[in-house]
Amino acid sequence: MTKFSAMNSTERLSHLAKTLKRRNRAEKRLKFYGITAILFALGFLVTLLGTVVTNGYTALQQTEIAIDLELPVAELVDESGAIDMKKSAAFNWDGMVKKAFRKQFPDVSGMMNRRALGDLISANAGYELRLDIEKSGRIDQPSGIFWVKSSDDVDMLIKGRMDRTIPENQRRLNDMQIGWVDALVANERIDLVFNKSFFTKADSREPESAGILGAIVGSAFALIVTMLFALPLAVMAAIYLEYFARPGRMTDFIEVNVNNLAAVPSIVFGLLGLAVFLGFFGMPRSAPLVGGMVLALMTLPTIIIATRASIRAVPPSIRDAALGVGASPMQAALDHVLPLAAPGILTGAIIGLAQALGETAPLIMIGMVAFIVDVPTSVTSPATALPVQIFIWSDSAERAFYERSSLAIVVLLMFLISMNMLAILLRKKLEKRW
Amino acid sequence: MSSFGGLLIWLIVVAAGSYWISRRRITSLASAQSTKPHSLALYYGFYAAIWAFVPALLLLIIITAFTKPFLEQQILQSLLAAQPDLPASFIDLKIAQIKNIANGVLTIDDEIMAALAAEHKQARIYMSNVRFATVLLAALLGFAFAFWRLAPKLKTRIIFESFLKRLFFTAAVIAILTTIGIIASLLFEALRFFSAYSWIDFFFGTHWAPNIALRGDAAAADEDVGGSTGSYGMIPVMAGTLLIALIAMLVAVPVGLFAAIYMAEFASQRVRDFVKPTLEILAGIPTVVYGFFAALTAAPFFQSIGLSLGMDVSAQSALAAGGVMGVMIIPFISSLSDDVITAVPQALRDGAYGLGSTKGETVTKVVLPAALPGLVGAFLLGISRAIGETMIVVMAAGVSANLTANPLESVTTVTVQIVMLLTGDTVFDSPKTLSAFALGITLFTVTLLLNVAALTVARRLGEKYD
Repeated sequence: MTKFSAMNSTERLSHLAKTLKRRNRAEKRLKFYGITAILFALGFLVTLLGTVVTNGYTALQQTEIAIDLELPVAELVDESGAIDMKKSAAFNWDGMVKKAFRKQFPDVSGMMNRRALGDLISANAGYELRLDIEKSGRIDQPSGIFWVKSSDDVDMLIKGRMDRTIPENQRRLNDMQIGWVDALVANERIDLVFNKSFFTKADSREPESAGILGAIVGSAFALIVTMLFALPLAVMAAIYLEYFARPGRMTDFIEVNVNNLAAVPSIVFGLLGLAVFLGFFGMPRSAPLVGGMVLALMTLPTIIIATRASIRAVPPSIRDAALGVGASPMQAALDHVLPLAAPGILTGAIIGLAQALGETAPLIMIGMVAFIVDVPTSVTSPATALPVQIFIWSDSAERAFYERSSLAIVVLLMFLISMNMLAILLRKKLEKRW
Repeated sequence: MSSFGGLLIWLIVVAAGSYWISRRRITSLASAQSTKPHSLALYYGFYAAIWAFVPALLLLIIITAFTKPFLEQQILQSLLAAQPDLPASFIDLKIAQIKNIANGVLTIDDEIMAALAAEHKQARIYMSNVRFATVLLAALLGFAFAFWRLAPKLKTRIIFESFLKRLFFTAAVIAILTTIGIIASLLFEALRFFSAYSWIDFFFGTHWAPNIALRGDAAAADEDVGGSTGSYGMIPVMAGTLLIALIAMLVAVPVGLFAAIYMAEFASQRVRDFVKPTLEILAGIPTVVYGFFAALTAAPFFQSIGLSLGMDVSAQSALAAGGVMGVMIIPFISSLSDDVITAVPQALRDGAYGLGSTKGETVTKVVLPAALPGLVGAFLLGISRAIGETMIVVMAAGVSANLTANPLESVTTVTVQIVMLLTGDTVFDSPKTLSAFALGITLFTVTLLLNVAALTVARRLGEKYD
């Protein structure tokens, strides 16, 4: 075949006509690859969200079992008829609940079988009943049907998340237990109700009593600290870099540092927090205060970059006009440019905070990964954060925790979506076009 | 009201009061002397508020920082005075007990301990009172000084603005301090590790088995795991990191690049407006969610595929962790590549069209080579991300260090090891925990070099077309 340059014009035309089809096919292929790539990414997104939602939505409900109880009022109240906390603490609530439950199955006998029957009820059932009675003071109606939580295994069975067909020894409930549950279902003594604990409690060893409130409050405390540290520091640094920094080595060095910190792996910030805040300054472990400070250092570059961008977006004429009528450079920056840049700064700050909310690794480093059953009350009390709670639960063996961590992910994503929506809304509403 | 937060509120109150009083004072002074003050009245207020607030705040921070070591020293001394023959290994435990008794968390039937706890509590209250008095006094003195200096000719705006400028500079310097803090703290702990363990063995050793450093004699029970000191050869860990990063890039680069090419060169505006934000959602999903998906959905999926093909796939295969990590990096690569591709001057495309190229040929033969330096920069940043990513691998990759190139087996990574070494109840000074900092500084250096390389490549080679 002759070279294209050596052809005469008719040969060239016929050559082009012959090769055009191939060349167009190559272009089509390129387009096809692009569409496939985009579809792959979108498909993954749909799969990811779909998996989380379909696994998680059942955690909105919790199985409860009806029990006929007769509260021994005389053993619980003091002279005035109110509940005596000391007596209540000494009373065997658990034993009472289990005994009453066993009464529904009078023909179950033998240690092993009785224990297997008791396992259908949550290990916390007695304790939670006690708290409920103590809090509500509901002692005037001592007998009747009380609903208590089932164990997580029964919960999984009722929700259809336990396979009845696999061999008995690989199941967490044996055939007999499943028979009892079916009997409860037939007698309508078992029901799915809204899982209130999930939204009102902190972590627990028992999936049925575990909730995300503790983690949400921990995250909120940490984010407040992050905002209090990061936002003012970032705005001040950005103003300095935009208006007061004299070009030179120092300024260059600061800029290089800001840009580099934005790309440092988050776990390194965790190591910094561990070595400096905990090791050197002796601040408390597992505290949202420390977590918030680490996250502040991490989001600082993001907010500085966003602030500088929105300061630069304010037309120079505003500043020039202020300087022209006699404002000092500081007055021009603070009184004239900054208010106009505020929506952009706020948007950047919210996006930075959303990033901080999803961050897990640095918080694990400073010990916010502990098992904490109380909702934190201050920035120095031990706490976990929402993403860390997801991490802890997805590490647990119980199937019920899998469901709960999926729902926790849904909650986390909802927080993130609303923060980003807020940022977009602010940008649309407040941003001026010059 | 003598806690740190309470004192802070006190200081704010004093500063606000100083502001208000000084503002009034300067107007009355000026009218008495029938002159005009140099600055606006509010600057005199700010001037006094700063004098009341800033020195007191610094004092508060300094006293707070020194209170804790001072109290520890005080307990230690009285403990040693009370029980001079106490074995050294018990001291920490006893101190912790005393603190817990003083906090009311612990009750113990031991008169000496109870007395020590009472003494400690007393000392704590004393320190807290001293702090409260000193800080408030400093605030009031600061205000008094400023009030005494108030005069219409005092140039308070100039003073205030130069103070602000210095404050803003300090805020900007925090970025430098953070970098220095990272390097110093990592290096400090890493050097302590290298004083106990040879750095040659660390960087070039092929056996990674840190022992479990339990308190006291329990460590002896773990002798079979790499001896009592453990062995810290990081080659298998680094190899695992690179293997997972490689798998991630094999997913992220083609998908991200082709998506970017399609969006930048072929897609209509409507498609762009839909696809771009949707891809950005992938970037906004927290890594713990990816980790959850990798560990509980992707890994079992790959395992069952392997089973049906008769292959043995680990439950923590590098493939699952790396593949999901790759998806996480897609939006990162695609948006950076998109920027780089759109930045290629239109004139280059027009030239190619003018010579008779198809659109596809223009992209592959003209636009991509022109964008290459930027694309390489994006890939390098992507690798840096993959190496530093933590949660996905902590949840989906393995813990034990395997030196293997088989993506179906389980490998571990630098970040996984850091998390493993530093969580749980461990002694802070053991080589095990210190080795995490050695891994940390390695990780920091590698990612830093990759970032610098990315910037240099993009800048050095990318300027040609500007």
